[in-house]
Amino acid sequence: MMTQMVLRRIGIGFVTLLVVSLIVFMGTSILPGDVAQIILGQSATEETLAVLRAELGLDQPGYVRYFSWLGNMVSGDLGTSKAGGASISSLIDSRLGNTMKMAGLVALISIPFSVSLGLYAAMHPGTWLDRSVTFMTLSTISVPEFFIATLLVLILAVELHWLPSTAYLSGNESGVQLLKALAMPILTLVIVVSAQMIRMTRAGILNVMSSPYIEMAILKGVPRRRIILRHALLNAIGPIVNVIALNLAYLVSGVVIVETIFAYPGLAKLMIDGVQTRDLPLVQACAMIFCGTYVILILIADVASILANPRLRHPK
Amino acid sequence: MDKLLEVKDLRISAYNDDAVEIPIVKGVNFDIYKGQVVALIGESGSGKTTISLASLAYTKPGLEIVGGEILLKGEDVLKASPLRQRELRGASVAYLAQSAAATFNPAITIGEQVTESAVLHGVLTQEQATKRAEALYHALELPNPDRIGYRYPHQVSGGQLQRLMAAMALCGKPDLMVLDEPTTALDVTTQIEVLKAFKKVIREEDAAAIYVTHDLAVVAQIADHIVVLYGGEVMEQGTADQIINHPTHAYTRRLMDAVRPTPEAGQGSDVGEEHFREIPAVTVNRMTAGYGRKPNGEPAVTVLRDINVNVKNGHVVGVIGESGCGKSTLARVMAGLLPPSKGELKLDGNGLNGDMSDRSLEELQKIQFVFQMADTALNPKQEIGEIIGRPLEFYHGLTGKEKHQKVVEILEMVELTPEFVSRYPMELSGGQKQRINLARSLAANPEVMLCDEVTSALDSIVGANVIKLLTALRDKTGVSFVFISHDLSTVSSFADEIVVLYAGRVVEQGPTDEVLTPPFHPYTRLLISSVPEMRLGWLEETMNKREMAVGISKGVEITAVGCPFFNRCPVAIAGTCDTKTAPARELNDGHQISCHLTIDQLEQSEAHAAAQVAKMQNEPTSPSAA
Amino acid sequence: MTEEIVNEMPKGEEIVAEIDKFDELPDAPPKRRIKLTWLGKLSVVIVVFWVVIAFIGPWIAPFHEMDIEGDDSFLDAYDNFYLGTDHLGRDTFSRILWGARMTIGISLAATLLAYCMGITLGIAAAVKGGWFDMIVSRLNDAVLALPSIMLGLIAIAAFGSSIPILITIAAIIYASSVFRIARALGQDIMVQDFVEAAKARGEGIWWIIRAEVLPNAAMPLATDFGLRLVFVVLFISSLSFLGLGVQPPQADWGSMVRENLQGLSYKSYAAIWPAFAIASFTIAINLIVDDVSAKSGGSLAKKMV
Repeated sequence: MMTQMVLRRIGIGFVTLLVVSLIVFMGTSILPGDVAQIILGQSATEETLAVLRAELGLDQPGYVRYFSWLGNMVSGDLGTSKAGGASISSLIDSRLGNTMKMAGLVALISIPFSVSLGLYAAMHPGTWLDRSVTFMTLSTISVPEFFIATLLVLILAVELHWLPSTAYLSGNESGVQLLKALAMPILTLVIVVSAQMIRMTRAGILNVMSSPYIEMAILKGVPRRRIILRHALLNAIGPIVNVIALNLAYLVSGVVIVETIFAYPGLAKLMIDGVQTRDLPLVQACAMIFCGTYVILILIADVASILANPRLRHPK
Repeated sequence: MDKLLEVKDLRISAYNDDAVEIPIVKGVNFDIYKGQVVALIGESGSGKTTISLASLAYTKPGLEIVGGEILLKGEDVLKASPLRQRELRGASVAYLAQSAAATFNPAITIGEQVTESAVLHGVLTQEQATKRAEALYHALELPNPDRIGYRYPHQVSGGQLQRLMAAMALCGKPDLMVLDEPTTALDVTTQIEVLKAFKKVIREEDAAAIYVTHDLAVVAQIADHIVVLYGGEVMEQGTADQIINHPTHAYTRRLMDAVRPTPEAGQGSDVGEEHFREIPAVTVNRMTAGYGRKPNGEPAVTVLRDINVNVKNGHVVGVIGESGCGKSTLARVMAGLLPPSKGELKLDGNGLNGDMSDRSLEELQKIQFVFQMADTALNPKQEIGEIIGRPLEFYHGLTGKEKHQKVVEILEMVELTPEFVSRYPMELSGGQKQRINLARSLAANPEVMLCDEVTSALDSIVGANVIKLLTALRDKTGVSFVFISHDLSTVSSFADEIVVLYAGRVVEQGPTDEVLTPPFHPYTRLLISSVPEMRLGWLEETMNKREMAVGISKGVEITAVGCPFFNRCPVAIAGTCDTKTAPARELNDGHQISCHLTIDQLEQSEAHAAAQVAKMQNEPTSPSAA
Repeated sequence: MTEEIVNEMPKGEEIVAEIDKFDELPDAPPKRRIKLTWLGKLSVVIVVFWVVIAFIGPWIAPFHEMDIEGDDSFLDAYDNFYLGTDHLGRDTFSRILWGARMTIGISLAATLLAYCMGITLGIAAAVKGGWFDMIVSRLNDAVLALPSIMLGLIAIAAFGSSIPILITIAAIIYASSVFRIARALGQDIMVQDFVEAAKARGEGIWWIIRAEVLPNAAMPLATDFGLRLVFVVLFISSLSFLGLGVQPPQADWGSMVRENLQGLSYKSYAAIWPAFAIASFTIAINLIVDDVSAKSGGSLAKKMV
């Protein structure tokens, strides 16, 4: 029963990935914009355009191009950048590492921080600490990521001179330099992601906390600590894992803004550059990586909540 | 005897949005002695649950104890420190909630939850507690007592969970148990079983208890002392014998009046001739229905099989059975909400399409469905005038003044004043909502009203008034009722005819008087003997009867072949009842029993059972011996 | 005790009269009315203020959004340049007033469009069910399965950026979440007994939607509208910030932050003011939504010892 549901969910995940690839492909290559025209510029003659189109396979029907593109994607051949002519795989290679490094550090810091703060706020509802946490997180999720980033730059870089305002990497920094460079973007992302996670963790626990079995535990004289850690947490673990996965997925869009603002040489920056120069193969490849990660993280979130359901874990 | 608990001038209030105090409990006094069961009885709003929770020094969020004291063995629990209060909860006073299904934590094993309190409070070690829990499972007659502790709450049945909660309360050997309507949500058959188990362990453990309920018949079985509450005040209190047999206060008498008598022949109402017509209003012929659809056109889950029912004009047909027997499904088929997979329906002798969307406006108007819960059946965003006015407009084209006049007229019919026109459902009490719910169907001017458990969610007095209203409406308008209920005493006091459904089949049907006189179908017998009587000692007598021993603890199971009652039937014939469909045996006057036993055999078994009961009553036996 | 009661008891007819005194006790009082905290009231004032500015901003602004009137770029406040000048020497205060129209106007238009599409399809899917629901829901899942900023980037890569395109993209992206909520609400309401009662009466589909479903969905959808508007403001501003939204020289709060970012190192607040404008608007909306949908969550938690 449970295995079935998990397999079913994974199956749906695969279908979603396919549909996503279709959207990415259609959005970027079937609609307007002739790649050949972009590469050769306005002065190109009809003949040269036709030759290039044939070379790129652009004269073939859409579905043929889609499947060959998908096939290449799956086998790891991401094509060549139309703007610079370089192989996209090589372009992405180092950038992906940088982005992963940053996202990993953000996750490492924000998950334990927000889950424990969310738990603590839920354990003491209505106290000043709970109320200020609620207000701060609400404000944080209400503002754009670049607002937080700008504010941090103003305070930490311009006013206090503690940190550099950009995170440009040359590739041969020392450990301390690297940390200093990464500090601002990571801090921004930690704040943004944690706010969501704290709110959702708190809401998840409080939701469980209004169940009749919590009242029963109180009436049995169970101490607060045990009510939270055994009675509530066991039931909230599914929602919390869900929250974590969803917010890691949310990092995907946060990364786009933060890499731009701090000029961090990551994948998102590469993609924005691609969009600005209308380098469609590059945009496709980057979009697939981001969307794929997002879909997989949401898939993990859903599977986690299936696995955490005691009714499914212990069938009749 | 020692005083265990003294409640002195207890006052509890709620505070609304504007911090205005609303008194809920207004100075209540009562005492509990060791080994005594005290019942708090009253309708919703009487403050009975609030009072019982106060003995654990607990109030629901939004309420506050504003005065009085509660002395547990001389110690005022209300003034104790929060830590001391926590010590008392579970260790000295244990609580049993109405719905065990919601109060067990779904993620923790039953055993851990049952023993948790005893171990946490240091009353027992984990080992001792587990052992004691097992002993309690035995005493409560739970299946597989050595293994049930390792299971999760969703893996056992509702009746079992209710008893497991008793084990949870008793495990820490509390001085006092608080039982909050512990059997209200259960079917009658399950209710007896749970009551019996409670009574037995309370006696064996010599525990004292507060028993909260609105059901006088239940109270009569279990309480030593009764406190009658109304609007947060004590109306009357005394020993069970005093209150049940010699009530003095007007309110207590009113509560007693609302208790419907034990079902027996001669209670059903008589139909006058004035609304008589040759052709029945609604006929259901060899009908089979269910949910879902298999490729061969049969339903994926068959709920009703081969049903024949006639609803005569101006008659009340009561449909009775435990939950899961298909009562509501039958009404839904008649209303056209669930098209049957086989069989035919007739209205006034003419064929009636099974699918509502293929029925004419006139046909729709003639059959009206009244939903069980008025709370959800009335659109919260519509005024009462709109709710009742819509059918007038929809079926009869009334608008403007004419419509308004008719709405007022219909409100009068359900004994409500014209001011209700501009109110919203949320501003009404439960009984008033149910009246509006009925009024909306009445407004269509129907021939048949299908009432699905319309009194089940109401308090006894309010429910009794609704039944009175329905009887008056029938006499005045000649409308027929299909009255669905799981409560045999309600049905037998009101219906002209009774249809007994079991697991999707009609096991017995006929005029009320006929159905309620022997010979009975064994299931009808079980139902009749399960209805609690409002007299002391009924529970002990009943538990010794033969049909209780066999069928009571099993649930309703729908079977494709044989008689579905086979596994609960005390007179079942193995090899016949489980393989062949029972033949419908015609008695007189349209009375039918579907059973493999002949009428003679059924009569003999009745006589045999009666003799046995008589014999037992002569021999003094221990009440708890099964 | 009991003896007293017996003595107090009225006899015979008096009892009959007495009995009628015991009316049915009323149900629990109606659910709480919406009551705003002082923070909520302040938020309403802020939101109304910005919406009014969005309408009349260009008329009350001291300068035109594109006019370079200041003495230099990145100046602090002076004379009637209340918030100083931006990277080209334009008046920041005037540009914020002009930008309100762009940021709030585009977001509001996109949210309204998203609601029209989302509610129509969502309620239709809930009411009709069957294959229609299947197809629309699956398609919607796919759109939801993409991060909104990615969808925006892909769409802008394909179509370029202009105001109508921005509105359409935002509307389509957020219509998918509106669809999901409207469908869920519709499905919840459709299985309610009062809808079943209307169906059993023989009511047509339009009457059911108009009289039974929509009035009951209105309040939750209104609160969601607030949240959705915030998301759209953030989305449009983020695109503008990336240089892919509203194009210069038109003023928009998101692009104003981007343009003036370099000014931070000269301690110019030209990038901070528009960011504050966005924050005040979105935080205020969220605070109102929080107040309106406040649940009594946690009341049980306070009882723990």
